[in-house]
Amino acid sequence: MNAPRPSAVPILRLGDVLVTGLLNELDDTSALTFTDELTERIVADGARGVLIDVSRLDLIDSFVARTLTELATMARLLGARVIVAGMRPAVAITLVELGLQLKGVETALNAEQGMHALGWQQTARSPRGDAYDALR
Amino acid sequence: MTLYDEAFARGARHADAPLRPVGLDVAPDGAQTHAVMSEQDLLTVRHAVRSATVAAGFALVDQTRIVTAASELARNAYVHGGGGSLTIEVLGHGARGGVRLTVRDNGPGIPDLDKALTDGWTTGTGLGHGLGGARRLMHEFGVDTTVGEGTTVTAVRWNNR
Repeated sequence: MNAPRPSAVPILRLGDVLVTGLLNELDDTSALTFTDELTERIVADGARGVLIDVSRLDLIDSFVARTLTELATMARLLGARVIVAGMRPAVAITLVELGLQLKGVETALNAEQGMHALGWQQTARSPRGDAYDALR
Repeated sequence: MTLYDEAFARGARHADAPLRPVGLDVAPDGAQTHAVMSEQDLLTVRHAVRSATVAAGFALVDQTRIVTAASELARNAYVHGGGGSLTIEVLGHGARGGVRLTVRDNGPGIPDLDKALTDGWTTGTGLGHGLGGARRLMHEFGVDTTVGEGTTVTAVRWNNR
């Protein structure tokens, strides 16, 4: 079994949802590795949803757009729902002018709304009842 | 080699069409040229173009348009042209300023330029050259391509236009 170089993009699991995000410094090879890793994790973890945060991306060109579109399609074929969250306004404007619509890719305004759409609710109190001690 | 001759003839037709002079009436502040020979170079070029757009006084959306266009053109040169270079020129500053990108490669050239320019528009999937998309993001756009010799794309975006 030959282990591919990890893409260095963290993929977290919250219940049956995988949470991940893209960074500007992602090169083409890492993007393709990331696609492999994410699809493998969907199967291995039995994920029903995937949240991809793109709020750190200050541009989405046709390559990244294609990667996102393909990811959404692959995930759908594996029974998982992908939500791309947090696109910057300038990036959205540029994507449309570029002629790319990310067809078939579900989006959300931010990660919180994306997680909500995937069935996660925000609770005001911690599960134990001792609220916000860590924040003081 | 009939196929080759046909391709060459089509390329020659495009070579005959003069490269539209693009933004040549404004003297640039200074040009910087970056190699586009690796994936890392694609990232480096993006940073350099971003800095130039900031220096030229562009607002955020315009910065994003120009950097995205540069990314498409640089990727073309790297993927389809086998590597090349990108030159950035800042044409003045502020309302009358602009940025000119010149992307050169010594690759196979583009046999059917019209098709290459419409690919992205029709499929919308980024499967084409990204050339049409880059053109829509810029104000002026010229392509000089010769089959077997290479391609040079020149693109300008002006501030406040």
